Amino acid sequence: MAVAPTIRVQSEPFDTATEIAALATGRTDIGAVVTFTGLCRDEGGRLARLDLEHYPGMAEAEMGRVADEALQRWPLFGLTVIHRYGPIRPGEPIVLVVTASLHRTAAFDAAEFLMDYLKSAAPFWKKEVLAESSEAGWVDARHEDQQALARW
Amino acid sequence: MKALYFAWVRERIGRAEEELAPPPDVATVGDMITWLKTRGEEYAYAFENGRTIRAAIDRIHVKHDAPISGAREVAFFPPMTGG
Repeated sequence: MAVAPTIRVQSEPFDTATEIAALATGRTDIGAVVTFTGLCRDEGGRLARLDLEHYPGMAEAEMGRVADEALQRWPLFGLTVIHRYGPIRPGEPIVLVVTASLHRTAAFDAAEFLMDYLKSAAPFWKKEVLAESSEAGWVDARHEDQQALARW
Repeated sequence: MKALYFAWVRERIGRAEEELAPPPDVATVGDMITWLKTRGEEYAYAFENGRTIRAAIDRIHVKHDAPISGAREVAFFPPMTGG
């Protein structure tokens, strides 16, 4: 049976345990669930919040495309990708990937692949708002994130 | 066609979207960036490093040599920083 990934773009926070349960509850075939949660960090107290901008429609489409690619590459039983937009404060979650498979290797690898590709393909942009001055500046794309794609 | 701008491209131009009718000799995304730069100093500023700007046609990533004919929506934005 084809696996339909769950893809959500939302402003409100998400709960990781709820998302794992949505994927795995009532099933007896899953042997491994891996989650990755990306959090907003305060950069040593420097950051008041992130403002995340996105391209509505394309964000969901790109997340879906990357999810479909992961489903083709690894034998997954389920897959959830959630990305938030809007103001996000330090300590809050930004992005969630949940992968479920028979064994852990597929779930770990698929989750890493998803994060590497989401960073370079999903149309989201982070703006840092500083705590002291309320100044805001766009985050530069990291060269390392581009390099991370090479291993796939 | 509709042009969309995101992040600092949007801020520098001063608007998020607009309806545009590029002249016929504007054939590709790269041509469109060159043409947009002539539309005012805010565009020249947004596209001053035109090669670093990413583009999407009808919500699909494209390179600068992609033709724009038939496009309903062309988006311009900086490299993405989600995740």
